[in-house]
Amino acid sequence: MLAARVALRLGTLDLDVTIDAAPGEIVAVLGPNGAGKSTFLRAVAGLVPLDRGRVEVDAVVLEDVALRIHLPPERRPIGVVFQDYLLFPHLSALENVAFGLRARGVAARDARVRAGSWLDRLGLSEHANARPGALSGGQAQKVALARALAIDPRVLLLDEPLAALDASARGSVRRDLKRHLASFAGVRIVITHDPLEALALADRLVILEGGRVIQTGSPAAVTQRPRSRYIADLVGVNLLRGTSAAGQVAVAGGASLQSADAVDGEVFAVIHPRAVALHRARPEGSPRNVWRGRTSALDYQGDRVRVGVEGEMPIIAEVTPAAVRELDLAEGGEIWVSVKATEITVYPA
Amino acid sequence: MRSERPPALFVALAAVGVAFFVLPLVGLVSRASWQTALGDLTSPEALTALRLSLVVSLAATALALLLGVPLAWIYARVPFRGRDVIRALTTLPMILPPVVGGVALLFAFGRRGLVGQALDAMFGIRIPFTTAGAILAATFVAMPFLVLTVESGLRSMDRRYEDAARTLGAGRWLVFRRVTLPLIAPSVFAGAVLCWARALGEFGATITFAGNLPGTTQTLPLAVYIALETRPEVAIMLSLVLLGVSLFILIAMRDRYLRGV
Repeated sequence: MLAARVALRLGTLDLDVTIDAAPGEIVAVLGPNGAGKSTFLRAVAGLVPLDRGRVEVDAVVLEDVALRIHLPPERRPIGVVFQDYLLFPHLSALENVAFGLRARGVAARDARVRAGSWLDRLGLSEHANARPGALSGGQAQKVALARALAIDPRVLLLDEPLAALDASARGSVRRDLKRHLASFAGVRIVITHDPLEALALADRLVILEGGRVIQTGSPAAVTQRPRSRYIADLVGVNLLRGTSAAGQVAVAGGASLQSADAVDGEVFAVIHPRAVALHRARPEGSPRNVWRGRTSALDYQGDRVRVGVEGEMPIIAEVTPAAVRELDLAEGGEIWVSVKATEITVYPA
Repeated sequence: MRSERPPALFVALAAVGVAFFVLPLVGLVSRASWQTALGDLTSPEALTALRLSLVVSLAATALALLLGVPLAWIYARVPFRGRDVIRALTTLPMILPPVVGGVALLFAFGRRGLVGQALDAMFGIRIPFTTAGAILAATFVAMPFLVLTVESGLRSMDRRYEDAARTLGAGRWLVFRRVTLPLIAPSVFAGAVLCWARALGEFGATITFAGNLPGTTQTLPLAVYIALETRPEVAIMLSLVLLGVSLFILIAMRDRYLRGV
C-alpha cells in the first residue's frame, strides 16, 4: 500500500498531490508536460525532498516533514523504472540487474544467479552479457524492469516506460509490460503523458495538471466525464463549464444550452463532436440548441473532418468530407450549429 | 563544412605560422647524432634523469588524482560562496609563470616558509631540494589540468544514473565508486594524461623550489638544459624523448585535441 502526500516547490512548479494506492493496484498518473508527474515520482522515491507531506508504504513512514523523517532513496522499498531506462552503460545487462542486489549486500555469485533468473523470466537470457548499447529499446525496458524488481520492492514506479520506444515497437512492448506488471504483487504507479498507455495499463487514472490532481477514477469514468480541457482534448470531446438550473446550462461567455440531464449548480457539459450538426441556414424542427458561428479550422482526419466553429459558443463538430462539400464549408464562412438536448451530458463540476 | 577559396595573404601568413612550429622540430631532428643515440640515452646522467622524471611525474599524477578528483567533484556538485574565487586560485598555476610558482612554493614550504618552518621544527622535514619537493612542484603546475578536465566530465555526465543507482540501494560512496567514477573514467584518464605530460615537462617551478641536483631533483627538462652546455648530443636525444612522449599523447588523445570543432 502506498499513501503519499507530496507538496513541494521546484522552480516554477508548485506541486501538491495526494495519491493513495492499494496493493495490487495499477495507477496511471496522466498529465501534460510540466504537470509535475516526474517530480512526484522523484519525491516518492526520495530523490527530491518534500516541503510538506508524508510518504508511507505498507504502514512504514518513509518521509514525514512534520516528524523530520526522510529515508534516503537507497533505504526505500521502492523500485523505479526511469524514463530512458538509465541502464548503466558500463555494465552488462546481467550486472545491471545484479546491481541492486549487490548494493544490498548480496554476495556476488548469489546476485548473479538471481539476476540471471530475472532475465530468464523476462526472456532475455541470451542478452545477459550484452551492454545496454547493444539492446533494443524493448529489451532495455525489460532489463530496467528486471533491475527494479530484483530488489523485491513493495512499490514499483515507472516513468514514461514507453516514451523512449519507436511507435512501431510500442504496441508489443506495451502488451509485454502489461503482462509483467500483472505478475508483480505490489503497488504499481505508471507516469505517462500518453492517454493510450494510461488506458491500456492502469486500473485507475490520476489526472495531474499544474501540480494538482484534477480528477481520479477508472479509465471509463474519466473519459466519459472529463473534468479538464486536457482530458477532453485527449478524448476528443467538447467540454464546457457553466451553471445549470432546470435543464438550462448557462455557459461562461453568456450563451446557454438546454440539456435533458437534470443537474443543478456548477456543472461540466460534454458534447461529442459527432453530435454537433452543421447547417447552411437556420435549422427547423426539434433541436433545442441552435446558434450561429464562423468556421475557424478544417482538420481532415481520414474519413472524418473536424470543424472548429467560433462564435458565442465555440465548439468542434465532426462531419464527413462529403458534408464539407455539401455545406460548402470554408474557413471563416458563416454556419449554423445545432445540438440536441439529449446529446449533452451534464454532471456536477 | 563549406569550403572557401582562401585569400592569398592568409595562405602566406598561415604558412609562416606552420613553419614557425615545424622548423624547430626539424632543427632538433636534423642535429641528432643517430649513431651515438643509444649510448647518449643510456649514459648515466641521461638514465638517472629519465628514471627520476618518471618517478616524479607519476607521483605528481597520483597526488593530483588523490586531491584533484574530490576537488573537481566539489566544484561540479557543491555550490558555495566563493567557489569561483577558489577555483580561480587552483587554476592559476596553468597560466602563472612556473618560476613564480616555484618562488611561492619556497615561501610556503621552504625552510623559512609558512608551513616549511613548522614542518622543519616539529618533524625535521625539509621539502625543498628533495625529490618530494620536485614532486610538489610538478603537482603544483600540473594538477589544474586534471581538476578542470574531471570537473567538466562531472558536469556533462547524466546525473540521473546516480539517481537510478540510489533507488537500487546504493549509498553515496557506492554510487561514486560504481557509477560516477566509471562514467567519468574517460575524463579522469584524459585529465591524468594531461597532468602527467605537464608534470613531465615541468622546469621553472622545479629548478626554483627543488633545485637541480642530479638523481634527486634533476628531471629530464633540467638535464636537457644542463647538458646543452656540456653534451649537446645528449640534450638533443633527451629532447627527442620528451618530444616523442608529447606527440604520442597528442595522437592518443586526438579526439580531444586534433579534431576541429
